[in-house]
Parts: sequence; C-alpha cells; structure tokens
Amino acid sequence: MTELTKLTISAARDRLRAREFSALELTDAYLGAIDAANPTFNAYVAVTHDKARAMAAASDERLGKGEAGALEGIPLGIKDLFATEGVHTQAASHILDGFKPRYESTVTANLWADGAVMLGKLNMDEFAMGSSNETSYYGAVTNPWRANGSNKKLVPGGSSGGSAAAVSAWLCAGATATDTGGSIRQPAAFTGTVGIKPTYGRVSRWGVVAFASSLDQAGPIARDVRDAAILLKSMASVDQKDTTSVDLAIPDYEAAIGKSVKGMKVGIPREYRVDGMPQEIETLWQKGIAWLKEAGAEIVEISLPHTKYALPAYYIVAPAEASSNLARYDGVRYGLRVPGKDIADMYEQTRAAGFGREVKRRIMIGTYVLSAGYYDAYYLQAQKVRTLIKKDFEDVFAAGVDVILTPATPSAAFGVADEEMAADPVKMYLNDIFTVTVNMAGLPGISVPAGLDERGLPLGLQLIGRPFDEETLFQTAHVIEQAAGRFEPAKWW
Amino acid sequence: MSVDTATVKRVAHLARIAVTDEDAERMTGELNAILGFVEQLNEVDVAGVEPMTSVTPMAMRQRTDLVTDGGKADDIVANAPASEENFFLVPKVVE
Repeated sequence: MTELTKLTISAARDRLRAREFSALELTDAYLGAIDAANPTFNAYVAVTHDKARAMAAASDERLGKGEAGALEGIPLGIKDLFATEGVHTQAASHILDGFKPRYESTVTANLWADGAVMLGKLNMDEFAMGSSNETSYYGAVTNPWRANGSNKKLVPGGSSGGSAAAVSAWLCAGATATDTGGSIRQPAAFTGTVGIKPTYGRVSRWGVVAFASSLDQAGPIARDVRDAAILLKSMASVDQKDTTSVDLAIPDYEAAIGKSVKGMKVGIPREYRVDGMPQEIETLWQKGIAWLKEAGAEIVEISLPHTKYALPAYYIVAPAEASSNLARYDGVRYGLRVPGKDIADMYEQTRAAGFGREVKRRIMIGTYVLSAGYYDAYYLQAQKVRTLIKKDFEDVFAAGVDVILTPATPSAAFGVADEEMAADPVKMYLNDIFTVTVNMAGLPGISVPAGLDERGLPLGLQLIGRPFDEETLFQTAHVIEQAAGRFEPAKWW
Repeated sequence: MSVDTATVKRVAHLARIAVTDEDAERMTGELNAILGFVEQLNEVDVAGVEPMTSVTPMAMRQRTDLVTDGGKADDIVANAPASEENFFLVPKVVE
C-alpha cells in the first residue's frame, strides 16, 4: 500500500472518487508510513490515529453517496500553530504545555468541511521563530534530503520544517504552514516542495497562534503546484472572525494552471543579487529566466531599491509584535505554570522556564524597541521603511510588471546544529533575505523547486505577485515546474 | 545604540522573564549583535514618509454591537493550570 502515499492530492482525489481505493486505505497507508518513519524525522509532534480513521471512514461514506468535498479523504498534516479542537496545539513550545483548545481554527475548519483528514500535528520552530526548525521544544526535524554520498543530517528549514519534511517524505499528502518572514517558502525550497504564502488577508488568521500579526499568513506546502492550488482554495475564506480577512471572492486557483505565460512581464530585481551568493543560486536564477523567456514571457530588469533594509526592519517589527502577542502566556489561563514567591515572580519563572532561547531573545528585542525613549528611533523608523519597501513593489507593478522572479533562499539546506548559525543569530536570520520583503509588503509569494545544487540538494525559485493575484503565481510556477521537473529525495529510511 | 547588562535585566523584568546574571550576560551580546544589524535603517531617508499602519489599504471591518457568543465559562477555564468554580486561581495579589 506504500505507493498510495506517493500520489499527489489531485491523483488521489480522482482515484478516491473512482473508488479505486478507500479513504480509510489511504489514511492507513499514511499512518503506517508515519509510525515507521517519524522516529527518523521527528516531523510530527502528535499523531491522531483514531481521529484520522474516523474522519476517513466518514469520507468513505460521503464518497459512497456521491457527496465528496473538494478534499474528500485527503490526509493532511497540520502545523502545531493551528488550533485543533481537543488536539495538541502548543506552537512547539513548552509554555503551552498540555494545551488542547476547545475550538477549531478557521483554516482547519475549512479543510475538514471540504472532507480532508487530519493525520496529526507537525513540528515547527517554537512560535514560528526560526529558519531551521531547531528552536522547537520537541527537537529538530531531519530533512529527508541528504547530500550525495553523505549521511549528515540536514535541517528542513523553518519555521514550517515539520510540514515541509512530512510532505517531502510522503508522511502526508499536503500540509498547512504559516509564513511570517519566509517560514513557508524557505522550508519548501529546502525540501523540494512547493509552498505559497498568500496575500495578507487572503487566509484567516483566526485560531492560528499569533507571532507577528501584521506579517503572519497561513498557506499550504505541497508536492506540486497543482496540489498547492487545490489546498489554498480550501484554506482561504472570508472570515468575520478576522478583521483583516479581505472580502474578496476566492478564485478557482487550479484553473490557472496550464495557462500560457506568453506576453507576461517578468521582473528581475537587481538588488536580489547579493554579496557572497553562491554561483549555483545565480545559475538557477538564470535557468528560471530562460524557461520563462522560452515560454513567451518578456523579461525586464527592475529595481527594488529598499530591499536590503527589509530584513533589519523585519527584526524590529516582528519582535515588537511578538513581545505584545506573547504577553498572554503568563501561567494563568493555559499551559505551564511555575510557582513563584508572589504573582509577579510566578509570571517571571513561568516565562523563563516556558520560552526557549530564540523566543526570549525576540521578546527582549521587541520589549526594548517599544520601551520608552526608543519607540521613535526603532519601531517608527522601521514602519516608515516598511512603507518604502511596499512602495518599491507598487512602483514596479504600476510600470506593468506582472510577476517578479527571484531565488527563494541564498543557499541549500544546511546541517543540523550548524556552528556558525548557532554562534550568530543574524547569520540564521539571513536565510530569509529573499522572502522577508514579501511579508513586509503583504504580497503573495510562491517557492517552487527548480533544480539541485552540485551536492544533489534541492533549490527553489520564488515568484512574487500583485496583491490577491495568486493565480498568476500558480500559472507561472507551473511553467517553471514543467521545465524543471519534479524532485524527490532518494528513500534512505 | 547598544545595551549593557543592567539594561538587559531591566528589559527582562519589563517582559516578565526571570534571568540569571549569566543569562543577562549572554543576552547582552546577542541583543547588541541584533541592534548592530538593524542600525543600518538609520541610513534611509524617511523624510515625509508615513509609517505603515496597515499592509493592505482597508478600513477596519465593524460589526453590529450584538452579543453573538458566550456561555462558555467551562471552555474558557478548561486549560487553566489552576481554577475553581470557573475562576482562574492565582497566588495572593493583595495582602
């Protein structure tokens, strides 16, 4: 039955409807794969065997009655950041110890309403703060990819490292993920999977544990572009419970796939050619340009002059919002409590024990930049720079550019416990140099696998679109996917 | 700008995170590395630029002022580390 786990969502969907196998058989194939391989990857922090089987059985019933939803019987993994009723929801943090919400996030509720099956909760960087999945309270996730001839463990990227690893290792058909500075696109690039961060406001944030509310956006990680389109269609909704949810109809994203890019104007930003970027990233970018040109697109060089300031501005805005959002973890209403000599000491001891190093570091930075006397110098300055970053994109789109092509990451996956990254937090932050601008400007961005580096590790290209024009991203990403082919890890586990 | 250990301890207290002297020492270095990195924002000419308040141009959605939810006290305290009769229990606050 293992071959069932190799099917894309679109293939499984069609074969389930043709009753070639049952939803329960498909779910059992995944549960078997998880039970066998999760000790190797640590991608899941909770596996919901009984719930998965019950949901699959209900799907079989609906399939039998011809009432199949868009994702009927499709087994998915859910990032631990999404509230799932009665099921482990801890943002991979110790401070939410034992938390089982009494409610369901809008995104997961949408997926279940379309018939999807929940396999369990996926590992991630604690509170989505990280680019390697190593800040998780539950430990690092191992990337299913290894360099040629090497047994060295590589990170799957982060923060949605469990999502990317599980999709890549065939431990779920697709996964939910979230992206605040690159947390969908960077792990997708590191694992040869497709990940899209939609436009801010396209997907409801209700029931998603908040990190930086003006940047956070949920999206899918999938095996191919079509699957990502299918998943996003189900995840997206107009939600009264999220005041930043935008009241716009959700297009049929899958219908955009296969459309020609002839005549499309593709912008190549010169500022994304950064110092010290490996030659193979440049080569990959040139390949992407050539593929789109061959497909009839017009390539234009563009300038996004404030690009280099996006990452430093992000490291003010995101920690500032995080320090405010994470104030709620006080040992009173949920999760961990560590006793203290009085209530203030109880708060301080609880937060000292419950938060990991990276989370504390960001809360501290955020508290500092918002504190009296520093607000104007840091936070206000960063928000002004953010206006300029967004204007860079607006100018380019106003000049007729339809989509922007860039590398997704400055390198392929690096090793678990990389010493240089551990010694210098800023070096780890640089992983998001190509992705973070998109969050700062609220735009949609997709990462699509485009090739392998000389060690045989996957690399991705990123496409950035106009606000709410995810269709163009799927359309263009599919052209790249057709030209580049698909990439799967050699199964060593 | 850079921070010293005393500032780090003050900020940690503001953030309600207990730190040991050793933690504060280590955090001082880490925070200064990050503050050094963000320093480059000062190069940007922001004269006349409005700070961003909303990434998508939108008016905050308002709803009718009606009670639409409630009666969920049991759900709300269900995950509390300590509760009694639907109250959250905390250490004594007033002597």
